[in-house]
Amino acid sequence: MAEVLSQRTTRTGAWLGELRLDLPLLVGLGLLALVGLVVVYSAGGEDTGLVLRQAVRIGLGLTLMIILAQIPPNLLRLWTPWLFLGTLVLLAAVLVAGELGQGAQRWLNLGFLRFQPSELMKLVMPMAVAWYLYQRPLPPRWWQLILLVVAIAIPVLMIALQPDLGTALLVACAGLFALFLAGLRWRYMLGGLIAAAVATPILWTHLHEYQRQRVITFLNPESDPLGAGYHIIQSKIAIGSGGVFGKGWTQGTQSQLEFLPERSTDFVFAVLGEEFGLVGVAGLMLLYLFIFWRAMVLSMRAQDTFGRLLAGSITLTFFVYVFVNIGMVTGLLPVVGVPLPMISYGGTAMVTLLAGFGILMSIDSHRRFMA
Amino acid sequence: MSAQERQEGRWRRGVVLAAFALVGLALLARAVELQILDRDFLQTQGQQRHLRVLDVPAHRGMITDRTGEPIAVSTPVDSIWGHPEELLENSDRLPELGELLGRETGELREFIEARSGREFIYLKRHLAPEQADAVLSLDMPGIYSQREYRRYYPAGEVAAQLIGFTNIDDQGQEGLELAYEGWLQGRPGSKRVLRDRLGRIIEDVENIESPRPGQDLQASIDLRLQYVAYRELKAAVNEHGADAGSMVIMDPATGEVLAMVNQPAFNPNNRRNATTAQARNRAIVDLLEPGSAIKPFIAAAALESGAVEPDRQFDTSPGEQRFAGHSVRDIRDYGELDVTGILQKSSNIGATQIALETDPESLWRTLDQFGFGSLTASAFPGEAPGHLPHWRDWREIGQVTAAYGYGMSMTPLQLTKAYAAIANGGEMAEASLLKRDSEPHTRTVMSPGTAEHLMGMLEQVVAPGGTGTRAAVPGYRVAGKTGTVVKSGPGGYSEDEYQSIFAGMLPASSPRLVGVVMIDNPRGEDFYGGAVAAPVFARVMNDAMRLLDIPRDHIEPDDGAIIVRRGGES
Repeated sequence: MAEVLSQRTTRTGAWLGELRLDLPLLVGLGLLALVGLVVVYSAGGEDTGLVLRQAVRIGLGLTLMIILAQIPPNLLRLWTPWLFLGTLVLLAAVLVAGELGQGAQRWLNLGFLRFQPSELMKLVMPMAVAWYLYQRPLPPRWWQLILLVVAIAIPVLMIALQPDLGTALLVACAGLFALFLAGLRWRYMLGGLIAAAVATPILWTHLHEYQRQRVITFLNPESDPLGAGYHIIQSKIAIGSGGVFGKGWTQGTQSQLEFLPERSTDFVFAVLGEEFGLVGVAGLMLLYLFIFWRAMVLSMRAQDTFGRLLAGSITLTFFVYVFVNIGMVTGLLPVVGVPLPMISYGGTAMVTLLAGFGILMSIDSHRRFMA
Repeated sequence: MSAQERQEGRWRRGVVLAAFALVGLALLARAVELQILDRDFLQTQGQQRHLRVLDVPAHRGMITDRTGEPIAVSTPVDSIWGHPEELLENSDRLPELGELLGRETGELREFIEARSGREFIYLKRHLAPEQADAVLSLDMPGIYSQREYRRYYPAGEVAAQLIGFTNIDDQGQEGLELAYEGWLQGRPGSKRVLRDRLGRIIEDVENIESPRPGQDLQASIDLRLQYVAYRELKAAVNEHGADAGSMVIMDPATGEVLAMVNQPAFNPNNRRNATTAQARNRAIVDLLEPGSAIKPFIAAAALESGAVEPDRQFDTSPGEQRFAGHSVRDIRDYGELDVTGILQKSSNIGATQIALETDPESLWRTLDQFGFGSLTASAFPGEAPGHLPHWRDWREIGQVTAAYGYGMSMTPLQLTKAYAAIANGGEMAEASLLKRDSEPHTRTVMSPGTAEHLMGMLEQVVAPGGTGTRAAVPGYRVAGKTGTVVKSGPGGYSEDEYQSIFAGMLPASSPRLVGVVMIDNPRGEDFYGGAVAAPVFARVMNDAMRLLDIPRDHIEPDDGAIIVRRGGES
C-alpha cells in the first residue's frame, strides 16, 4: 500500500512543497473563504469594515494552518497529553468564571486575547483519542472503550454546562469519530446507540430551558412564530424565496431588510440561498464536497494510527459542521449554534477549522516514503 | 494489516461514505424542496413580511376669498414618530431628543416606556420641515418622520369663525372647513413600500394610486371688507364693554356674504386657549329678537296687502297706548305720524297700528317670505333656523309684539338677507358664503314699488330727525333701521340687558352693500342701536365704499370741492 501511495504522490509547486501545504485543499479552502467574504459583505449590510475584519481572521487562520503544517505529527503526539490536560484546566476555569459571572460563559480572557477553550477542545479531543490508541492493538478492547468514552464525556459535559450545546456536540463527534475509525465493533456502536436512546429522556430533564425550547421549536416551528420559531421560519422563507437562480447579490429582501436574524453568522446560509438560489446552494455544496473528498484522500493515506485517526476525525467533523449548520438553517435539525465553516462571520471557529486542516496537511506531508 | 482487517476497513469506509452521501443528498433535497417546491408559498410569506400598503396624504384644497387671497392654506409639515423599543435602547440620548422636541427628558422617557409594546408612537406632530430635519440629524435609531399637512390661516382671527378649522389629522371640524369637507379634502393615495423588520421604509416599490388633491374653495367674503368689519366691530365691543357682536355685509344683488365677523374671536393658528364663545359664528348660529329692525317688513306687509297707504296718518299720542290688554310705549309722544315717520322715529305704537290694520295671514306670509324662521342656503354647520310663530297661534297679542320685533327669533344673516331684498327692489337672492359663478336664484318677495317706498322711508331714518343719523356715510345716501332689543333670558325680559342693532344699505340710489351690525349687551350709557351699532356701520361702510371704489350718490352743499376733484380725475 505504501508503494502505491508514493507513486501517487503529486508534485506540487516547489514552494508549496517547502511549506508542506496541499494544493487542492488550499485551493478549495481559498475559494470557500472568497465565497464567504462575498456573502458576508451582503449579509452584513455591505459593510466593508466587516469584510475586512473577516479577511484578517482568514489570514490569521491561514497563518496558523501553515505553522501547524510544519509541526511533525510525532511532536504533536508527544504534546497531546499535556494539551488535553491543559485544555481541561482551561474549561474548568471558564466554568468557575462563569459561575462567578452568572450565566453563559464561553470566553477566557487572558488579558491580551480572549478565546474559547471549547474551540481548542475540538482539535485536542481527537488528538487525545488517537494518542491513546497509538501502538495499541486495534480494535480496542471494551475496557479501553469505556475509558475513552469517559475521557470524551468529561470535556463534552463541561462544555455543555457552559452552556454551549453546539460545540459540545461537535467535540463529542470529533472524539467518537476517532473511536469509530479505530475499528469500533458494530455491536459496541449498536450498544452505544441504545444507550443514547435511553439517555435522551434523562438528558432532556437536565437541559436548560432555552435548549429544550429549541428542540420543541425545531419539531414545530410554527408553534411560536414570533418567538423561538422566528429564526427557522424566517430562514426558510429567505431560502425558499430565492428560487432556482436567487434574487441576486445584495438583493435579498428578507436578509437585507433584517427580517432574518443572525444573518451574517449562523444563518448566513439563508442569505446565500436567497441571493444565489438553488444554483448557489448546489455550488457551495459541491465546494464542500470537493474539500471533503480531498481531506478524505489525505486522511486515508496517513501512515500510522495517530495520523489516521486524527486526520479522519478532523475530516468527518468538518462534514458534520456543514451538515449541522445547513440542516439547522433549512429546518432539518434543531437550532444549535454551529457556524457554517469558512462562510459565517466570526473568528474562533474559522481559526480552529484552518488549524485542523493544517494538522491534516502536516500528517500528509510528513509521511515517510518507503521505496 | 491482515487481509481481513483491510476488508473490514474498506467496508467501514464504504459505510461512512454512503452515510455521508445520504446526508449530503438530504441537504440537497431539502434545498430543492424549499427553493422549487415551496418557493411560491415562501415567497408570498416573505412579501407579506416586507411589503406594506401605505396611505399617501392628499393636499387639502385652499380656501381663498373672492379675490383669490388665501384664507386657509395647507403647508407641508413633518411629524416625528418613534419606535419605542429602539428609542429605549438608546435612552442615553433622550435628553438631546427632548431638547429638540421641547419635552422634559423624564416625561419623555415615561411617555415612551408606557408605550414600549407599540411599534409606532408620535413624538411631536407638525414640525416645520427644518425643525424636523434637525431632529432627524441626531441620527438616533428609532426616530422617523412622516410627511403631513398643517392648515395655516393667514387671516388669523379675522375670519376665524366663518372659515372654521381642521383637526390635527387635517379633517374639517368647524365652519366652511367642515361644511365643504368633501370638496376640500381630496382623496389620499396609496403606495406599496418595502419595510424592514423595524418598520422603517426602505424604498417605494410602486404607486398604487396617486393622491388626488382636494379642490380649492373660493369663499364669498372680501378679505379687505372682512378686515375693516373685524377692526370696527372689535373696537366697538371693547368701547361699550359688550359681551359679543356680529356684523354681516352682503351684496344684495347676489346674496353673497362679503364679510362676516364676530366678537369675541380666536386665533385659528393656535387654538389652545380658544373657548366655544370665541369659536361660535354668531352671525349664523346665534339667534336674536329683531326688535325695531322688523318694522320695515311690517310696513312692507301692510303696503303690499294694500291695508295701508304710505301717506296714511297714525295717531301715536300720548306715547303710550293699550293693545289687546298690553301696554305699548314710545320713547316720547310723536303725535301724528305717517308710515315714514313711524319708521324714522321707530314708533312702537305706530308699528302696532300698522300691524293691526293688516290681516294676520298676510302679515305672517310676508315675514315668512322674507325667510324669517327658515334656514338660509348658507349650508353653514349648525345654522339656526330661528322661529316665526304661525299666525294662527298669534292671537292678537302675537300680532302686537310682532309689530316691534318680539316673539320671534332670527340670525343676523337672515336679517341681512331680508334687508338685501329691500335693497334689491323686492328680489331676494339666496344667501351664499361661496363666491357665485352664476346668476343667483332670486325670489320676488314684494313689488318694486313697495321696495322703492321702503327705501325712501329708510333713508329718512338716517336723515336728520331719524334714529339712525349716526349711520350716515359722507358722500352717500344711506338707508337703514335701528333696533334696540331688551334681551330675553330664562326668567323673561331683563331690565338692563340690550342688543343694539343696525341694518342698512348704501348707496341708497342703487344699493351695493347691505350691512347688519349687532352688539350684544353694551354696558355703557349708550345702548340704543342708533348709538352703538349705527356708528360701526358708518365706519365700516365708509371704508368699504372707498375700498370697492363705489361712486358717491350724495352731494352735500359744502362738499363741492371734492366732487370737482373727482370729476377732474375721471
